[in-house]
Amino acid sequence: MDAAGLLQILVFLALLVALTPLLGGFMARALSGERTLLTPALGPAERGLCRLCGIRPDEEQHWTGYALSLLAFNLLGFLLLYAILRAQAWLPLNPAGLPAVPADLAFNTAVSFMTNTNWQAYGGETTLSHFSQMAGLTVQNFLSSATGIAVLAALVRGFARRSSPTIGNFHSDLIRIVLYVLLPLALVSALVLVWQGVPQTLLAHVDATTVEGGRQVIAQGPVASQVAIKQLGSNGGGFFSINSAHPYENPTPVSNLVEMLFILMIAAALTDSFGRMVGDRRQGWALFAAMAVVLVAGIAVAWWAEAQPNPAFAALGVDPAGGNLEGKEMRFGVVNSALWAVATTAASNGSVNAMHDSFMPLGGLVALVNMLLGEVIFGGVGTGLYGMLLFVIVTVFIAGLMVGRTPEYLGKKIEAREVTLAVLAVLVTPVGVLGLGSLAAVLPVGLASVQDGGPHGLTEILYAYASATGNNGSAFGGYGANTLYQNSVLGLAMLIGRFLVIIPALAVAGSLAAKRAVPASAGTFPTHGALFVGLLVGVILIVGGLTFFPVLALGPVAEQLLLGTGTLF
Amino acid sequence: MLKDLRPAVSLLVVMTVLTGLVYPLTVTGLAGLLFPWQAAGSLVERGGTTVGSTLIAQPFTRPDHLQPRPSAAGEGYDAASSGASNLGPTSKALVERVAARVAALRAANPDSPGVVPAELVTASGSGLDPHLSPATALWQAPRIAKARGLPLDTVRAVIERHTEGRQWGLLGEPRVNVLLVNLELDGLAPAGGLARIGQ
Repeated sequence: MDAAGLLQILVFLALLVALTPLLGGFMARALSGERTLLTPALGPAERGLCRLCGIRPDEEQHWTGYALSLLAFNLLGFLLLYAILRAQAWLPLNPAGLPAVPADLAFNTAVSFMTNTNWQAYGGETTLSHFSQMAGLTVQNFLSSATGIAVLAALVRGFARRSSPTIGNFHSDLIRIVLYVLLPLALVSALVLVWQGVPQTLLAHVDATTVEGGRQVIAQGPVASQVAIKQLGSNGGGFFSINSAHPYENPTPVSNLVEMLFILMIAAALTDSFGRMVGDRRQGWALFAAMAVVLVAGIAVAWWAEAQPNPAFAALGVDPAGGNLEGKEMRFGVVNSALWAVATTAASNGSVNAMHDSFMPLGGLVALVNMLLGEVIFGGVGTGLYGMLLFVIVTVFIAGLMVGRTPEYLGKKIEAREVTLAVLAVLVTPVGVLGLGSLAAVLPVGLASVQDGGPHGLTEILYAYASATGNNGSAFGGYGANTLYQNSVLGLAMLIGRFLVIIPALAVAGSLAAKRAVPASAGTFPTHGALFVGLLVGVILIVGGLTFFPVLALGPVAEQLLLGTGTLF
Repeated sequence: MLKDLRPAVSLLVVMTVLTGLVYPLTVTGLAGLLFPWQAAGSLVERGGTTVGSTLIAQPFTRPDHLQPRPSAAGEGYDAASSGASNLGPTSKALVERVAARVAALRAANPDSPGVVPAELVTASGSGLDPHLSPATALWQAPRIAKARGLPLDTVRAVIERHTEGRQWGLLGEPRVNVLLVNLELDGLAPAGGLARIGQ
């Protein structure tokens, strides 16, 4: 832990704060259908697309209609991706001649990309053709992130509107998000990444004769276009097996900074878009602050943990100065590896630039906790903030109980229906992680996937199910995830983690939109101050802590205590 | 639901064309125009043969070459199958691997000072890490100098010439590109620069 490292963390955080109002304002206008900087260029394209697809943007939907449109569109996207993966041997742009993806892996991958998880049971360069990467994965990278932002937009309208039966039009929201937000950002950033060294070619491989006379086959492909959107859209599924640790996905410290910013940028900026759309920007910044507090605490712990050398190595005569370098890349070093790990798990992005499985126990713990808290520390694009708003509903409810008043938020009475729906959504993480995860911890077919012995093995299971349920997609890579059992059950975890939160969130949106506004009174609990931020963080940590502390004690905490005692597994 | 199907199907088709074909092919075209060397994988050639990429580690086992970090990609440095060990900090397998690497490095580098650098006994994240820290590259200099019959200072000078600082003076870590050092050591690359494919 040195000054140069601290400076890099501060630069990263400063850029994140600075980008939030810029992008936040732009997205607020785009989501509201107002005129933006890009309207002169993209307005005609937007209208053309709507006409082509038979979509009438002014035809607004009730929340059930919105949810049905969303589900139908996602189901079709899943089917198309599954079909592409199964048929890739016969499709074009397959220069390496890769065979069809097996059924269970294709199911897992299609679910994974449709739910914005991007769990990598597949090995990019060894499994997928360029066509599958481009027309399959890249497309879902756009559409799944746009789906998340659309749900958020609908929920924000729920707060902002008064006595309205509708919450927007899903198809029109999706088009606007892709056209105005995701595509322009991805196009520019893909070129920035190429400039730094990320390849973008339709060739399959380069055959090199190495300096010492060996042969090295170097996989290539349309990497930059996929990496740009996988970082921006909190997707995270790599072009290569090893994701952004691969020098072709992330060649320099500058590309690393850009990719790290992309992980959090849209999710952070949406807090400000939210504030603007509900007419009180302080509300957005309060949520930003609550997220940032937990993020910064995580960065501090993870950085400290990874800067420690493995005590077992010191006895062998290894230099302790470098910190924990197994699974890390030298151009990033410990500080950028720890920073990325915290950002990517806070944001349900799931891309990695270092191997979390080889992190020190407390470093892995931070990543795990970020996911177990429900992916609301910035979280995925859209998903993080609608998850956070559900926690807000629980928080104002608890605050209401303390003072004996009907809770309100942004001028809307929060009643039994909203609280019930919010609690249902909050319970999804424990069900996926503890329910499905404990099956994987007792069934022999599940246990076969565990690589490491001792507490670390339990952490591998926990991490896989937390990642799938939280739609994160990062992994303790030693866990053998590409089996029939894991592909199926982890796929199920991703589905419940995605849609059993989206449906309650849309139901809350519909219910709130229909309500009248209550004028603020002297008894209204202000939700833009430090007291509220503290209470919100407290609720998130207590819910997560009460649910997961026992299993965390058996996994990473136990491993940390064993470290340095000479106990190996 | 049926009413939803028509816009959903057409939207999916349109979006697949737009984000799955138009977008990546536009990036491919622009990248080839603006940054042809990077877009093709930062390849380096010697006498008309591609010897590798500056971004991708390749195996170096001879004592007169700078040696990269251990690799868990495929059988080692497999640039068609990136990979890491993914072993946890309390893994016996990991500690055994490290112990074996320490012993091998000690035997191969009898004149190198002090403790063994951690990055030479731990596998990188990608298995293709092309860099070493400057201190670790210099740690190997005595072995290289001896094997080549060169003065130590000559080898150190080559390493220092290929040392990059933090990018923009701020980002990442100082590092040395192993392939570039070895190409210069072999006297195969002129001091002024390397033949870059596509430029």
